[in-house]
Amino acid sequence: MLRQIGKRLATAIPSLIGVIIVTFVLTRVLPGDAASYFAGPAATPEAIAEVRHKLGLDLSLPQQFVRYVADLVHGDLGNSLTTGQPVINDIAARLPASAELTLIGLLLAMAIAVPLGILAAVRQGSIIDHACRIVATAGVSLPVFFTGLLLIYVFYFLLGWAPSPLGRLDVFYTPPPQVTGFYLIDSLIARDFALFRACLAPLVLPAVTLAIFSLAPIARITRASMLAVLASDFVRTARASGLAPYRVIITYAFRNAMLPVVTTLGMVFSFLLGANVLVEKVFAWPGIGSYAVEALIASDYAPVQGFVLAMAILYVLLNLTIDLLYGLIDPRVRIEA
Amino acid sequence: MSDAIGIDSPATARTVAPRPKQASIFSHARHVIGDNPVTGFAFALFALIVLCAIFGPLIEPYNPLTSDVVAKLQPPSAHHWFGTDEYGRDILSRVIAATRLDLAIAVFSVALVFALGGLSGVAAGFFGGWTDLIIGRIADTIMAFPLFVLAMGIVAALGNTVTNIVIATAIINYPLYVRIARSEANVRRDAGFVQAARLCGNGEMRIVLTQILPNVMPIMVVQMSLTMGYAILNAAGLSFIGLGVKPPTPEWGIMVAEGSGNIISGEWWIALFPGAALMLAVFCFNLLGDGMRDIVDPQRRT
Repeated sequence: MLRQIGKRLATAIPSLIGVIIVTFVLTRVLPGDAASYFAGPAATPEAIAEVRHKLGLDLSLPQQFVRYVADLVHGDLGNSLTTGQPVINDIAARLPASAELTLIGLLLAMAIAVPLGILAAVRQGSIIDHACRIVATAGVSLPVFFTGLLLIYVFYFLLGWAPSPLGRLDVFYTPPPQVTGFYLIDSLIARDFALFRACLAPLVLPAVTLAIFSLAPIARITRASMLAVLASDFVRTARASGLAPYRVIITYAFRNAMLPVVTTLGMVFSFLLGANVLVEKVFAWPGIGSYAVEALIASDYAPVQGFVLAMAILYVLLNLTIDLLYGLIDPRVRIEA
Repeated sequence: MSDAIGIDSPATARTVAPRPKQASIFSHARHVIGDNPVTGFAFALFALIVLCAIFGPLIEPYNPLTSDVVAKLQPPSAHHWFGTDEYGRDILSRVIAATRLDLAIAVFSVALVFALGGLSGVAAGFFGGWTDLIIGRIADTIMAFPLFVLAMGIVAALGNTVTNIVIATAIINYPLYVRIARSEANVRRDAGFVQAARLCGNGEMRIVLTQILPNVMPIMVVQMSLTMGYAILNAAGLSFIGLGVKPPTPEWGIMVAEGSGNIISGEWWIALFPGAALMLAVFCFNLLGDGMRDIVDPQRRT
């Protein structure tokens, strides 16, 4: 088992190297001359040359690459011009907000999409099946930022059920003492249930927005793989042996049908991490997505590059986790390896 | 329903054409559209979008760029069907005017990735070896990024222009096209007709161009219509966060962004109509893609 994990870890390394090379290339094709940008508008040619030397921009590309990697190893992603902080600190401080939102959105999507997909497969051709098809097609057609705005209009402006879409916590509350960085968990650890509710309220709409977006692929694949499994021999045998229908579906079919669903989670995460940026902008959520967008608008490129790199590394690690999880769920994968 | 169609077309096909499979493509298409009215609806919607894109300036009731401070923030009415924005610009005109730009971005990016991804995928699948390895590595590296985030990074690095939105959208779709073209070319690598062409003395390049490419084409065309929707969504998302298209240019994503601040104060129409247009366009291309797949490749129907 350990050997297999080691093997899988090794396959993630080429991806990481690729990611680092691409972000390096993206850094070097930056618009404009970074040196004259940092030296300021009134700089003399000598001053610009000095800044260029200081930034290492006068070195050859391979040398610059070595320097870039060395900086990365030390966790140096440059400084943000707008916040004046090292980019890595900004990202670390804002990551929990994004992670909390994304995970809740994913859990919500799974909670709706998996039962929907199963029901659609079991009752093929029924109303639920058609509903599943409509949800799957409509879900991928809805731009996330548009869904978010619609929800805000209905649940904040018309009904007044949701708090104003302006961040993670109402200004009247102080955040819970930081343990995990997830407000929901931290407020529970502090046993402050009023605060827990206050943290949950602004989370609902953005999480639902993300869930609507990621529902579609999960429901689609659950339905397809459930259909394939229901047509297989062992399900027929189980049925012929007189097992109760729910038992056949839950114990026999469902467990096997979940395998392709776990595999698609990688793709779902790719969607989610991108959609997260848009949702954070719509709801003024103080995560790394809105950080990158603010930096983009201010032409502050170091945070954008740090963000792209951080997201890519996170995504490689997520895919790695999914693969390892797959090995745990499906013993056949372990035997083959 | 299938019987009704079956009466006229295969009968004529049998008498006229010696190869019924060729002739039945059209009857099959008609069958699929007749069987699935949703696909027919998607074709109608597609026609509407294309008409708006071509004849936009003739249909627009007002100039999409002219502001009219007296008539600002008006809700939908008989004069302004979709209302006006905070500069008093007519939203219906802006939604129509935006169709051309949004469609152009999607078409150019899909055409670009179709050419690049299709050719390199076919090369990878047909030649194998180093070609396959290098192209596969490039595709894998792109796939290692969350795609929208990569597009943001590319546009930020290359410069904030519409051309770069097209390039970024093409790049993030590249792995998908490579994968499909590669597997389609790979299974035909040693097919009978390829060996026959080789025996006739055709060079490898000629075989790729005249034998492999035409066979890979149908699946790729389906893929194009499926990715059109995604390309529109992606471009609109990028311009929503302030990349690419600059105001006051009408574009659906940026129009939703302009109206997003007014949602909280109840002026819903500024963001709703461009958002709905965007949604319908994407929905149309997704349905169209599914319908085309049913026509070209019935086995993959879900």
